[in-house]
Amino acid sequence: MRARILVRPKEGILDPQGLAVERALPALGFTGVDNVHIGRLIELEVADPSRLPEMCERLLSNPLIEDYEIIEDGK
Amino acid sequence: MKFGIVRFPGSCDEIDALQAAERVGDAVLLWHADHDLRGVDAVIVPGGFSYGDYLRAGAIARFAPVMDQVAQFARDGGLVLGICNGFQVLCEAGLLPGALLTNVSLKFVFRQVALDVAVADTAFTGACALGERISIPVKHTTGRFYAPDAELDRLEHAGQVLLRYAPGNNPNGSVRDIAGVCNQERNVFGLMPHPEHAVDALTGSTDGLKIFESMRASVERPGLLSGASSPAS
Repeated sequence: MRARILVRPKEGILDPQGLAVERALPALGFTGVDNVHIGRLIELEVADPSRLPEMCERLLSNPLIEDYEIIEDGK
Repeated sequence: MKFGIVRFPGSCDEIDALQAAERVGDAVLLWHADHDLRGVDAVIVPGGFSYGDYLRAGAIARFAPVMDQVAQFARDGGLVLGICNGFQVLCEAGLLPGALLTNVSLKFVFRQVALDVAVADTAFTGACALGERISIPVKHTTGRFYAPDAELDRLEHAGQVLLRYAPGNNPNGSVRDIAGVCNQERNVFGLMPHPEHAVDALTGSTDGLKIFESMRASVERPGLLSGASSPAS
């Protein structure tokens, strides 16, 4: 099973990367963009997808500072 | 008194840490794949980029074989000091509260900072006076300490915030100017500034020695300080 895991900074935690991009876009003429946040995409193949949440909690994300979302391909 | 300094692939400050520790006692290097701590009295997890800091700073290093031993040593009351990347490793390993995030500036900072000693009756700050201002360099990109507000209140109340950046000296946007925190039992301490780079007048300050001297005093005179204990032998 192929899966994608999206890891995002938790809401309310300052995300300076997102802010920097948000400020850079208007410089190129792209106005009207707000709430930019930058996270991480992890793609993997997994034999037992039921173990994905545990993988996310213990290694792929740091639950103190990040949220994760698991997207299983074909679902 | 023997310090053990853990070297991971990607560590870069282990020799400075070794030489700083040698100014107050004996010191040996430990390798990330080691399965024993060679009888050391205190462990230092040094700065650098362990395992390339892949995924998150410190995230992979915590699974190194030697870290199982370090965690057990900490549970037995042994002194563990994490400096910079070592602080990140100890947070990822759950031995210290909080996490380190990218600096608000997004930039690498490398400069001398003034720190205020917020708690002095510990195994890591015992050689300092309460409120003493010390000068130690920082050099990092991922040093913004973070913990949720309720956790910060708890840490401050419990006296676990040992060092703060002096007003105007916060180099990374750390919450509440926190530069270094310890665990509840006060035998594991992590800080972003580099005491091992401030041990010789040649480089401007010897204040960093106080951290190592505090550890030596705690090991050689156990029971001297409240909350600090010597490692189980």
